[in-house]
Amino acid sequence: MSPRFDYAPAPESTSVVDIADSYDLFIDGEFHAPSSGEYLTTINPATEEALSSVAVGNDADVDLAVKAARRAYTRVWGRMSGAERAKYIYRIARILAERSREFAVLESLDNGKPIKESRDVDIPIASAHFFYYAGWADKLEYAGLGTSPTSMGVVGQVIPWNFPMLMLAWKVAPALAAGNTVVLKPAETTPLTALLFADVCRQAELPPGVVNIVTGAGDTGAAVVSHPDVDKVAFTGSTAVGKAIARSVAGSRKSLTLELGGKAANIVFDDAPIDQAVEGIVNGIFFNQGHVCCAGSRLLVQESIAEEVLQRLQRRMSTLRVGDPMDKNTDVGAINSREQLDRITELTAAGEAEGATRWSPECTLPERGFWFAPTVFSDVSQSHRIAQEEIFGPVLSVLTFRTPAEAVAKANNTTYGLSAGIWTEKGSRILWMADHLQAGVVWANTFNRFDPTSPFGGYKESGFGREGGRHGLAAYLKTEGDN
Amino acid sequence: MAARLEVRKTYKLYVGGKFPRSESARTYEALDAKDAFLANVAQGSRKDVRDAVVAARAAQPGWAGATAYNRGQVLYRIAEMLEARREQFVADVSAAEGLSKPRATAVVDAAIDRWVWYAGWTDKIAQVFGNLNPVAGPYFNISAPEPVGVVGILAPQASSLLGLVSVVAPAIVSGNSTVVIASERRPVPAITLSEVLATSDLPGGVVNIITARTAEVAPWLASHRDVNAIDLAGAADAEGVDWVDLEVRSTDNLKRVLRPTGSGDSAVEADWSADPDLRRMRAFLETKTVWHPKGL
Repeated sequence: MSPRFDYAPAPESTSVVDIADSYDLFIDGEFHAPSSGEYLTTINPATEEALSSVAVGNDADVDLAVKAARRAYTRVWGRMSGAERAKYIYRIARILAERSREFAVLESLDNGKPIKESRDVDIPIASAHFFYYAGWADKLEYAGLGTSPTSMGVVGQVIPWNFPMLMLAWKVAPALAAGNTVVLKPAETTPLTALLFADVCRQAELPPGVVNIVTGAGDTGAAVVSHPDVDKVAFTGSTAVGKAIARSVAGSRKSLTLELGGKAANIVFDDAPIDQAVEGIVNGIFFNQGHVCCAGSRLLVQESIAEEVLQRLQRRMSTLRVGDPMDKNTDVGAINSREQLDRITELTAAGEAEGATRWSPECTLPERGFWFAPTVFSDVSQSHRIAQEEIFGPVLSVLTFRTPAEAVAKANNTTYGLSAGIWTEKGSRILWMADHLQAGVVWANTFNRFDPTSPFGGYKESGFGREGGRHGLAAYLKTEGDN
Repeated sequence: MAARLEVRKTYKLYVGGKFPRSESARTYEALDAKDAFLANVAQGSRKDVRDAVVAARAAQPGWAGATAYNRGQVLYRIAEMLEARREQFVADVSAAEGLSKPRATAVVDAAIDRWVWYAGWTDKIAQVFGNLNPVAGPYFNISAPEPVGVVGILAPQASSLLGLVSVVAPAIVSGNSTVVIASERRPVPAITLSEVLATSDLPGGVVNIITARTAEVAPWLASHRDVNAIDLAGAADAEGVDWVDLEVRSTDNLKRVLRPTGSGDSAVEADWSADPDLRRMRAFLETKTVWHPKGL
C-alpha cells in the first residue's frame, strides 16, 4: 500500500445557522403547537446529537392546514393573476439563493450529506426550480395542455429525506406557479430546512396559508394524503408506500403523481472512455451516500473490459473520503438514520450470503453516527437480492454482458424504470440503447444530472407523472376534459 | 321459388389478429335495443383475457417501433375500411343502440372521422409533447413521449362504436397495444370493427377485443401485472362493475389509470360526440429524457 496523504480538516462553520430548541407546525402563516402535544427529535446522523424537537401533526392539525390552504386558494392565491404569483415565486428563488449557505449548512447537519453537495447541488438547484417555475405562472396557456388550463386547488405533498430542500422545491414551485396552495409534509428525519423555508415564505410576504408545513412521521403523511379536501397528492418515496398511497387515493378523484424507487442500470461498453466512465459510476452510486432513487446501483459492464473497469473502480473508490459531512473535502457523508443503516447492512449481508464477492476500500469510519463504507459487489447474478432490491445506500452491484441486446434485457429486468446510464463513444449505439431502455431518464456518458427544465420520473413501478420542466407543470394543472 | 335463407354469422373474439372462440366455449345472447335476439356472441373468460394480454405484449414493440408515418398510414387505412363498410356499421349500430338510420349514420360517420383525426396524430405527438430542454450546462437534453405499453380498456357500454373508437384510437396512436373489453350489452359493432381492423394492415395483437361479461373479466384485467395502464371509461353503467375496486386492483403494479367521467364514486358515460382533445393520448404516454454532454 502506498502511503496515504490525508487532507487537513476543512470544516464549514455552523455559526450561520440558528436552530431552535423546538419547532411547531407552520399553518396559515404562523407557527402552531401540535394538538397532540407530541414532538419528535431530529438528530445529526453524523454525531447522533439531538438538533431539535419537531412537532408531530395529527389529523386535526392536518385538517387545520388543509382549511388554511383552501381559504388561501379560494380567497387569494387561486384568483391572483399569474403575473403577481410569478413575482412571489421569484422572490422565493432569490431569498433561497441569498440564504443558500444557511440552508446548505442546515441541510448537511440534519441529513448527513457532505456540505459540498448541499452547497453545490441541493440548494442551488432548489433555488433554480423556483426561478424556472416562477416564469411559468403567467404563461400557463402556453404549456401545451390545451386552452385555459386551471389549477387543481389544495395540493398535499409528502417528500423524502434524501434531498429535503430539493424535493420541497420540486413539489412546491410548480404547484404554486400553477395557482395551487400547498400542505407539505417533510420527512421525520430531515424536517429542519422545510421549517426554515417557512421563514423564506415570511420574508417573501407570501400570503398566509399558501404554503403550510406539517411535520411528523408516516401517520401525518397518511393524514395529508387521505384528507378529503385535498385535490391533488404528490409523493416521492418508496414504491411500497407509493402503492399504499395509490390505494388510498383510488376512487377519490384526487389527482396523483408518484416518484418512487429505482434500481438503475449503468451500462459500460468496451469502447467507453474508461476513466470518465469510472468517474460516472462513482458519481452514480456514491453521490449522496447512494441515497438517490435514480442511483446507478447496477453496473453492467461489457465482459471484455469487466476486470479492468473493476480494478480502476476499486482504485478510485480508495480515494473517496468518508466522514464528517461538514468537512469540505468529504465525498461520502453519514447514512441518514439508524433504520436506513440497518437496511443497508441487512441487504449487503444477503449479498454475501447469496455468493457475491464483497469489497470495500480501507477506511476508518467515525465512532459515533451512522456510517457505511462504499461497497462494491462483483460476481453478482440477476436473481440476487442486491441486483433486484433497492438498497438506497453506497452499495454497487457489478454484472456483465456481451451484446447490446443482452445489456438491454438485463437492464430492463426489474420492476423499476426510473433511470439508466450508457457509456460508449458510439453515438448510434447510444440512441439505440436509449430507445430500448425502459427508464424515464437516460444519462449517456454522464450520470445523476438534474435541472429544473428537464423532466424527471419513472416508468413501470417507479411511479407516474414527471417533475421538472413543462411536464412537471402539467402535474399541477387540469384541462377541460379532466375530472 | 322459395325465399332465400339468410347466412348468419358466428361472432367470435379477436385476439392476436385471429378470431378464436372463447376457450371457455361459452356464448351469451346479444340483444337489440328492443331486447330481441340479435346473435350469440362469445363469452370471453379470464383465460381469454390473459391470452389477449400475451398477444398484446408480443405485438407492442413492433407497433411502437414502426415509424410514426407507417402508424399514421395504418390508422388512416382503418378509416378507409370502415368507410367501405359504412352500411353494415349503420345497420349494426342501429340495431345495437336503437338509433334511427339517420342518427346511426351520423354516429358511424363520426367514428370514421375520428380515425382520420387520430391518424394525423401519430407523427405529431412527439413534436407536441416532446421538448428540447435548455438545461444550465453543456448537455444535449431531450424529452420525448413513449407509449406506456399494454393498455387495458373497458369500452363504453352505451356508445358501442363511436365510444369504442374514441377510446381505442388514442391508445394505439402512440404505439401502445390494447386489450379491449367490448360493450357487454352491445357487442356486435365491436366484432364488426375487429373485422375491419384485421384487414387494415394493423399488426395482429395491437388491438384485441374480448366480448364478455364486464364484471367477470374486468378485475382480471385490472390486476394483471403485465398490463401497464387501464382505461375505465366503460365502468359507467356496466352491470356489477365498481370502478373504485378496479382502480384499487390496478395499484398492484402501479398501472396508469384513466378514470371514468363523473364525480365522486359515480361514473357516467362521456359524450363521445364531442370533439376529442389531447387527454386520452396523454394518459397512455411516458416521457423519456435523454442527457448527453456536449463538447469537443
